Amino acid sequence: MNPGFTFTPERAATSAGEVDAVFYFILVVTGLFALGVWVALIYFAVRYRRRSEHDRPREIEGSLLLELAWTLIPLGLMMTMFVWGAKVYFHLNRPPDDAMTVTVVAKRWMWKLQHPTGQREINELHVPLGRAVRLVMTSEDAIHSFFVPAFRIKKDVVPGRYNVAWFRATKLGTYHLFCAEYCGTEHARMGGRIVVMEPGAYQAWLAAGPQPESPIAAGEKLFAELNCVTCHRPDSAVRGPVLTGVFGHPVRLASGETVIADDAYLRESIVNPAAKIVAGYQPVMPTFQGQVSEEQLIALVAYLRSLVAPAQAVPATVTSAGRAAARGGEAGR
Amino acid sequence: MSTEVATPVESLPPLPPAHPAESYLSRGWDLRSWLLTKDHKRIGILYLVSITLFFAIGSFYAAVVRWNLLVPNGQISADAYNKSFTAHGVVMVFLFLIPSIPATLGNFLIPLMIGARDLAFPRINLLSWYLFIVGGGLTLYALFTGGLDTGWTFYTPYSTVFAQSNVEVAAIGIFIAGFSSILTGLNFIVTIHKMRAPGMTWFRLPLFVWAHYATAIIQVLGTPVVAITILLVALERIFHFGFFDPNRGGDPILFQHLFWFYSHPAVYIMILPSMGVISELVCAFSRKRIFGYSFIAMSSLAIAAIGFLVWAHHMFVTGMAVYSAMVFSLLTYLVAVPSAIKTFNWTATLYKGSVQWDTPMIYVFCFIGLFLIGGLTGLFLGNLGTDVHLTDTYFVVAHFHYIMVGGAIMGYLGGLHFWWPKITGRKYVESWGKVSSLLIFVGFNLTFFPQFLLGYLGMPRRYHVYPDEFQVLNVLSSAGATILGFGYLFPFSYLFHSFFRGEPAGPNPWGAIGLEWTTPSPPPTQNFEEIPVVTTEPYDYPNMGEE
Repeated sequence: MNPGFTFTPERAATSAGEVDAVFYFILVVTGLFALGVWVALIYFAVRYRRRSEHDRPREIEGSLLLELAWTLIPLGLMMTMFVWGAKVYFHLNRPPDDAMTVTVVAKRWMWKLQHPTGQREINELHVPLGRAVRLVMTSEDAIHSFFVPAFRIKKDVVPGRYNVAWFRATKLGTYHLFCAEYCGTEHARMGGRIVVMEPGAYQAWLAAGPQPESPIAAGEKLFAELNCVTCHRPDSAVRGPVLTGVFGHPVRLASGETVIADDAYLRESIVNPAAKIVAGYQPVMPTFQGQVSEEQLIALVAYLRSLVAPAQAVPATVTSAGRAAARGGEAGR
Repeated sequence: MSTEVATPVESLPPLPPAHPAESYLSRGWDLRSWLLTKDHKRIGILYLVSITLFFAIGSFYAAVVRWNLLVPNGQISADAYNKSFTAHGVVMVFLFLIPSIPATLGNFLIPLMIGARDLAFPRINLLSWYLFIVGGGLTLYALFTGGLDTGWTFYTPYSTVFAQSNVEVAAIGIFIAGFSSILTGLNFIVTIHKMRAPGMTWFRLPLFVWAHYATAIIQVLGTPVVAITILLVALERIFHFGFFDPNRGGDPILFQHLFWFYSHPAVYIMILPSMGVISELVCAFSRKRIFGYSFIAMSSLAIAAIGFLVWAHHMFVTGMAVYSAMVFSLLTYLVAVPSAIKTFNWTATLYKGSVQWDTPMIYVFCFIGLFLIGGLTGLFLGNLGTDVHLTDTYFVVAHFHYIMVGGAIMGYLGGLHFWWPKITGRKYVESWGKVSSLLIFVGFNLTFFPQFLLGYLGMPRRYHVYPDEFQVLNVLSSAGATILGFGYLFPFSYLFHSFFRGEPAGPNPWGAIGLEWTTPSPPPTQNFEEIPVVTTEPYDYPNMGEE
C-alpha cells in the first residue's frame, strides 16, 4: 500500500552526509540524557513510593557540586553541537567557485527553473551527478521555500531578494522537491522533482530540445530593448554610471555609504533606482517595477555580471570574494 | 499492554451539605454576581470556563486536520484544510495556551499563596477577562465567517497581499486579546511586589509564584510587540501601507523578526507557569523540599531574559547573514541550560522522598518525560546544520507539541487536579483521574512521535496532501489523536461531575504545604480571616508536624 516507506530519508548529495553526521551525534547525546533522566525518574518513583501516611522523609540539602555538574556538562556538549552545526551551516551557505548556476523563480504554485545554457523547466530540474549546482532564487509573490529532503537543503525564496543555495548530487535518481513555506491554497501541490543524471546523459538531455538563448544573451538583448544602453554606456557616463566591471565590486553611494554591487543590489537598482544613488549622479533613472518580470530581471543581472572590464578578474562569488574585495578596497583608501 | 485499572470501589457518599457557609462560591449563582465580580477566584473560574470552550473549539479543528491526513490525497478541500490548521493554531495559542495556567490557576492561587486578599487591581483583573472575551469573540467570528488561511504565524506578504480570507478581523481580535494578557501580567507583577504577607520574603515564595513572576515580565514586555505587528498587518491590508511589501519598498522578513520577537518568548509564557506547577507538585507528592530552590527560581528568570534574544532561530533559512545566524544559534543553546537545570532538580527532589502516585503526580511524570523529549529535540532545531533540513517539517510540529501539550497541558492538567479540591471544595474520583492520564499519555505519544519521523523523512508541515510513502506514519498519528481526544473528554466529565457530587475535600486533602492549604475549601471571599504571618521556609515538608 505504501511503496517506499522507510525510517530514514535517502542521502543523495554531499550535504546530506554532513547534516546527518550532526543529526546522529545530537540523537545519541540527547538519547543518552533522556534515558538517564527517565531511568532515574522511574527508579525514584518506584523505590521511594510512599508506604505509609506517616512517612516523613529526611531533609536533603541541595548540592552545589551537582548543580554545577548538570549545568556545565550539558553546556559543554551543547557547545560541541553548536560549533559542529555552525560549521555545516557555513558550508551549506558557501557555494563552491566551480558551481553551475541554475536560476529559480517561484510563484504560486509552481517552480520555474532555468539552466545556465538557457533551457527552462517547470517543477522539474535535471542536474548532472557530481557537479555543484548553485541555485539563485527569487519569488514573484509570497515567500516560498526550496526543499529537497534527499539533499538536506532548504532555503526560503523571498520576493525582492536573491537567496542562494547549493548542492552536489552524489546518487542517480529522482528526488522530491517541496515548497516548505506556506504560500496559500495549493501550497501542498507546489512540488516537483530533481532528476540526477550521469553528466553525459545531462549533456545529451540539454542538447535534445530546441537550443534556447542563454540568460546572458537574453539580458543583452533586453538591455538594448529597454534602452538602458542610452545612459549606461562608456561614453555617456554623465547620465548613468558605467556598468562594465561593476559586479562584485564596491560602489560609493551619494549617501556616503559603500555597498557591494551584488545580484540583489543590481536588481534593486533596476526596480527601485532611487533607493541607492551612486555618488556623483542624479536620481534621474525611471523605475522598471512592473515592466520587467523576475525572469527578465535575472537575465539582465546575468548580463551585467558578464560585463567584465579588460584585465579585471571578476570574483566568482559575490558574498565571499566580493566582501573581501570591499574590505581590501576600504583598507587601501 | 493494558491500560485497565480497577474500577473505583468506594461508592459516592450521600450528598454532603454544599460548600462551607462562607465561601467565594456561596455568594450566589446569578449572572450579575459573576459578570461583575472583582474576586480573583471568581475571575479565575470565568477564565476556566472560557478557555475550556476555546480548547474544545481548537481540538475540533485538530480533529479535522488529523482526519484529512488519513489518506495521501486528503479528504477535504485544500482551502478547508488550510483554514482548519490556521484555526487550530490561532485558537490554541492565543485563546487557550497563553491564558491557560496564568489566567486560571495563577489568578486563583497567587493571592492565596502569598497571603493576600486579592490581586493588586481587582477591577483591571475583571477588565482583562472582558478584553479576552471580546478579542476571542472577534477572532472566532473571523474564523466562523469566511475563515482565516494564513497560518497562526500570519507570514507576510502572503497575509498582507494574497490572502483572501478574514485577516483584518482576526488580527484585531488577537490585538485586543493581547491586552488582556498584558493586564494580567501587570497585575501579577504589582501583586507579587507589593502584597506579600508579613514574613513572605522573596525566597520564601512558592516556585509557582516565581514562575508567574517571570511569565508576567514576558507578557508585559513582549505582548505589545506582537500587538503592534499584527496591527501593522491589518493596516497594510486596509490602507496598503507597504511595511512588508517588497514592491513598495517594504521587507517581508521584517515581519518575521517582529513576530518572533514576541512569539518565541510566548512559548515561555506557555511553559513557565507549567514549570511552576510541576515544582509545587513534585514537593507535595514526595514530601520533600525542592532540590535547588534558588536554581529553579533563577532559571525561570534566566529563561525569561535569554528567551527574548533567540527569536531569529525561527529564520535560519530565510537568507539571513551567516554570522547573525550563529549568534542566535549560540543563544538558543544557552536558553536550553536553565530548562535542563529544572528537569534535573525535579528529578533529584524525588530522591529518598515519599512518592505518592496520585493523579497530579502522574501528570508530573508525564510532564518530565515529555517535556524532556520536547526540550531535547529543540537542540536539533537550534542547531544550524540540522535545522536547515528539519525546519518547516513535521519535526517542528512534533517538537512544539511535545513542549506545548507534553509540557504546558500536562502541567495544566496536573495543576487543575491538584488544586481542584481547593477550587471547588470537592474531590474527584481518583481512579478516573489515573485512567484518563494514562490515555492522554499513550494517545499523545502515538500522535506526535511519528511526526518526528515524518519530519526527518522530509514531510513539510501545512500540507493537505502528501506523497504515499508518508501514509503509514500519518495513520498512526491520526489514530493517536483519536485516543488523545477521548483522553481529554474524561477529565472534563469527571471534574464536572465532582463539582456537584464529589466528596467534600476538606482544607488540605493532599497534606500539602502552602498558605492556600491553610484556608477552607473552597476559600472564603476574603481568602484569610487574618492575614497570615510567614515564619517558615517554603516546602518545609521534613518539619511538617504529624497530625
